[in-house]
Amino acid sequence: MRSRQASQGARRAREFEAFVAGAAGRLLHAATLLTAEAPGDNPRARRLLTLALAHTYASWNRLRGEDPYDRTRQYLATRFARDAWHRYGGLGRARPQPGSPLARLSPQERLILVLRLYEGVAEEQTAALLGLSTERVRAICNRATTTLLHPPRGPAPAVVGAKVAPS
Amino acid sequence: MSRPDREARVRQLLEQTPPPVPPDLHADVVRRGDRLVRRRTAARRMLWLLLFAASVAFLVWALTARPWVEPPSETTPPLTGW
Repeated sequence: MRSRQASQGARRAREFEAFVAGAAGRLLHAATLLTAEAPGDNPRARRLLTLALAHTYASWNRLRGEDPYDRTRQYLATRFARDAWHRYGGLGRARPQPGSPLARLSPQERLILVLRLYEGVAEEQTAALLGLSTERVRAICNRATTTLLHPPRGPAPAVVGAKVAPS
Repeated sequence: MSRPDREARVRQLLEQTPPPVPPDLHADVVRRGDRLVRRRTAARRMLWLLLFAASVAFLVWALTARPWVEPPSETTPPLTGW
């Protein structure tokens, strides 16, 4: 009995390691885009990813056929939304870092842009995940796309005071 | 520029320069995850223990106080001069 449990545990550990090896690269890229850090220097993104993966690890036995990648991404997104709300809620924007292409967007715009375009999550799912309406998600996505493709002239923080909606 | 066009360009912009994955990520994740599991187990155990202690306390109190027994009447006047 004990040996069977141990072998099952070892199998799960192997499965989880394979999952991390396969998914970490893409998830870390997504997290780095979210935090708008430079690809080579991304402590916040790493922390976010480690937390999300640790949560997936803790519930690995109770996934019951659910997609672990999906689960990790969900945790990553909601955690980032919550952190951004606490961090930037009343204090304006963080200093934009020049290394990221998304530096001039607000945290909420980055979150929606990354979920919609980088991860390819459907509009309805994004809306449900963040507690927004579908129209709002579409509007924010369009605005972010426009800001990204046609950067406003002048210094980068042109949208001071952009706030993240509570999720 | 149409919408799919713009989305494709933004996707291209997002796909540039993926960050390198730190080599000790898996070990870190497992360490944190194990801590999380341990903490959850401990919390669950504490809650069960609390529940058990509360039910034992209630049982003991009920058996000593016997709240279902009708209390002896204290309002009957004393029977004197009979």
